[in-house]
Amino acid sequence: MMEEVYLDNCSTTKIDDDILKVYSEYQKEVFANPSSVHSLGVKAEKIMAKGKGILLDTLNVEREYDIIFGSGGTECNNLAILGTLNFYQKRGKKIVTTPIEHASVLERFKELKKQGYVVEYVNVDNKGLVDLDDLRQKVDQKTVLISIMAVNNEIGTVQPLRKIGSMVKEVNPKCVFHVDGVQGYGKIDINLNECNIDLFSISSHKFHGPKGVGALFVKEKVGLTPLLYGGGQQKGLRPGTENVPGCYAMAIAADKMYKNQKDYVDKIIQLKEKLKVGIKERVAKSIIVTPDNSAPHILNVAFENFKGEVLVRALEEVNIYVSTGSACSSKAKDSHVLKAINLPKQYRQGAIRFSLSYNTTDKEIEYTIEKTAQIVEDLQLFM
Amino acid sequence: MYDVVLVRYGEISLKGRNRSFFINTLIKRMQDSISHLEKRKIESHAGRLYVPVKNDGPQLIEALKKVFGIVSLSPAVRVKKDMESMSFACIKLAEKTIPDKDGIKFKVECRRSDKTFPLSSMEIGRDLGAAVLKNYNKLGVDLTKPHYSIGVEVRDEDAFIYAEKISGPTGLPIGVTGRGICLLSGGIDSPVALWLAAKRGIDVEGLYFHSYPFTSDKAKEKVDDLCRVLSKYCGRVRLHTVHFTEIQKAIKLNCDEDMIITIMRRFMFRIAEEVAKNRKALALVTGENVAQVASQTLESMNVINQVVDIPVLRPLVTMDKTEIIDKAHDIGTYGISIQPYEDCCTVFTPQNPKTKPNLQQCIEAEKNLDIESLVEEAVNKINTEVFYREK
Repeated sequence: MMEEVYLDNCSTTKIDDDILKVYSEYQKEVFANPSSVHSLGVKAEKIMAKGKGILLDTLNVEREYDIIFGSGGTECNNLAILGTLNFYQKRGKKIVTTPIEHASVLERFKELKKQGYVVEYVNVDNKGLVDLDDLRQKVDQKTVLISIMAVNNEIGTVQPLRKIGSMVKEVNPKCVFHVDGVQGYGKIDINLNECNIDLFSISSHKFHGPKGVGALFVKEKVGLTPLLYGGGQQKGLRPGTENVPGCYAMAIAADKMYKNQKDYVDKIIQLKEKLKVGIKERVAKSIIVTPDNSAPHILNVAFENFKGEVLVRALEEVNIYVSTGSACSSKAKDSHVLKAINLPKQYRQGAIRFSLSYNTTDKEIEYTIEKTAQIVEDLQLFM
Repeated sequence: MYDVVLVRYGEISLKGRNRSFFINTLIKRMQDSISHLEKRKIESHAGRLYVPVKNDGPQLIEALKKVFGIVSLSPAVRVKKDMESMSFACIKLAEKTIPDKDGIKFKVECRRSDKTFPLSSMEIGRDLGAAVLKNYNKLGVDLTKPHYSIGVEVRDEDAFIYAEKISGPTGLPIGVTGRGICLLSGGIDSPVALWLAAKRGIDVEGLYFHSYPFTSDKAKEKVDDLCRVLSKYCGRVRLHTVHFTEIQKAIKLNCDEDMIITIMRRFMFRIAEEVAKNRKALALVTGENVAQVASQTLESMNVINQVVDIPVLRPLVTMDKTEIIDKAHDIGTYGISIQPYEDCCTVFTPQNPKTKPNLQQCIEAEKNLDIESLVEEAVNKINTEVFYREK
C-alpha cells in the first residue's frame, strides 16, 4: 500500500518545506511590531512592504493595485463585499453573484438580503459557466457590486472573467467587480486590469503557504470601509498587528508558484488527464463533472447511485485522501453547486473531488485510479 | 458547616440475608465515585451511610448523586443527641440556609430511630421549631406547605440536622446482579436502556456494530462519547466494537431486500450472545421498544429472539418515545445521540422492510449464508476499549 496520497489540495495544501523555513525564520527574526518606531519595527515594516511588492508582482499590477492582508479567503471575501457596500451605501442596494460561490460569499449575500439588499443570482449552465445573457439582464445602473469566483472550488469551472468584467463595466462603470480568486490564483492566468477586476481575494494555504493569511488586491480608487476597528494598521482598512512572518511567507510561496507556474501547471494538467482517462476507462457508471476547460488541479467525478462520503472513507482506508464535492454532513444534503449545474439526481450524492498539487506524482495517480476502480466496483453492489 | 452526607438507600434495606453484600457493594461504588477526592471512611449504620465532608461538599454531592442504589442524600450537621446541641444546630442551619427570613414559613420534621430518646418525634420537632422561632421571629411556621423544612434524625449514634434532600438515581449498586451486554447504536434509545439496566445493579458492557466505510468514524466517536457520559454513573463502561461490514455485505448480497433488517438483527443477537459467553455475562440488553420501527414489532422481536438462548432485557419496552427522550435528557445522553451520523442500522435500510417476518422466511433468507463462520470471524475481530469516569 502506498503511504498518504493527498489529493485534497482544494481544501488545503501542505506547507512547502522552503516556505516553512522562511516562516519560522521570520517568526524568530522579525518579531517586532511593524508599527514600532525603533529599528526592529522598521525592519518588520520593510519586510511587509517587500511581501506586498512580491504579491503585486505575481500579477504584474505593481502600480494600479494595493494589497490588504487578512486572515484568509473568508475574511478577504467578506471585507471586499461588505467593505464595498458600506463605502458606497448611497449608490444603491442591488448586488449580483452566482449560485455556485464559496460559502464565504453566499452566506454573506444571504445576510445582506436579510438587511434589505436586492440580491440577484446569475444563472450558470451545466458546466457551471456564468450565463452571459442572464448576466446582462441582471446587471444594471443600480448594481453596486458583483462578486464571482475565478475558479469553482467543487468542480473547477473557470469563469470567463474578461467577458464578465467588460460586460459589467460597459453597463455600469461604477459597479465594483469582486473576484474570489482563492482557487484560481496561480492555477490559471488572470489579468486583473484586462478583466476589470476591482477586488481580488487570495488565501495562502491554498498554494503551500502558511494557514491564517490571505490578501485582498484592491484597485486604486476603490473605496472600502473596514470590518474591524482598531489601531489603524494597513491604512485603517484592516487594523491589528500584522502577521509579518505569515504575510511574507505567503508572498514567497506565491513567488515560488508563479516562477514555476508553467512547469507546475503542465505537470498537474498531465496528471489530471491521466486520472480522468483512467477513471473513465475503469469505472463504467461514472461521469466527469469537471468541464473540459477547467482549472488544472480539480477533477470532480460522480458515481451513479453512490455515496461520495462512503468512497472518501473507503479510499482513506488505502491512504488516499480526497473530499466529497462539498463539506456536507452524512444526512446528505445535496451540494449547491451540483444542484445549480443540474447534475442528474442519481449522481449528486456520489461526487468526489480529487484535487492535485505540484507534489502529486505519477505513481500516486496510478495507485488512485487502481484503488478507486476497485473500491467502486466492490461497493457498488451495496449502494 | 456540614459534617457528613447522610445517604439513604431504600430498596437495599429490604434485602434479607445478603443485605450486607448489597451494602458493602454500595459503599465500594460510592468510594469509587469519590476516589478523585480526599480519602475518607464511609460509616454504615442501620439503614444509613455517613460520608464525612472535608471541605469538598459540592464535589462530594455531585459525585454521590450518580451512584446507583442511593435514594437520597442530605448534607447534614452531626451533633450529640441532646436537645441543647440539636437546637443550636437547627438555629445555625436556619441562619445559613434561610437567608431572607421575612415572611418565610418553615417546619422541623423529625425522625427518631433511637426509641430510647425521652421525647417523641413530634415533641422534638415542636421544641426545635420553637427554638428556631425564638431566634428568628420574622419566620413563620407552616406544617403542611412550608417554604423550608429542617430535617432531624435522632439515631443510635448521634443526631443529624439537615436542610435539603437531594434525590439519587435509586436502584441497586452496579455489580450486585451480574453482567449484561447492551447493544449500543448511538441513537437515543440504547444508551437509556444501558443506563436503566445499570440502575438495576447490572454491570453493563456496550456492544457497537461498526460499518466502516458505510458509516463514518464519527458514528463510532458518538458511541465513545455516550460511553463517557454513561461512565459518570457506571464508573467505567467497557465497549466492544464489532466490525460488521462484511456481514452486512453478505446479507445484502444474499438476502431479499425486505428481510435485510431482520436478518441483520439476528446476526447482531448471535454475536452479542457470543460476546456474553466470552465475558461471562448473563443477559443481553437492548433499546428495543414495541412497535417503534420495523424490527421492533412483536413478530420481528420473536424471530430475532429465536437465535439466542440468553435472556434479552428490554428496559424501554413499554415506554413512549417522549418518555425515553426525557430520560435521555436527564442522564445527559440526548445531545450526543441526536448528532446526525448514520449508524449501521440505517445503512442498508430497505424501502419496505418486512414488519411481520416469520421463522420460515428467516431460515429461507439465511440459507445462503455461512452463519457460523461469519459470526466467528466478527467475534474474533472485536476491539474492546474501556471508558472510565473522568475525575
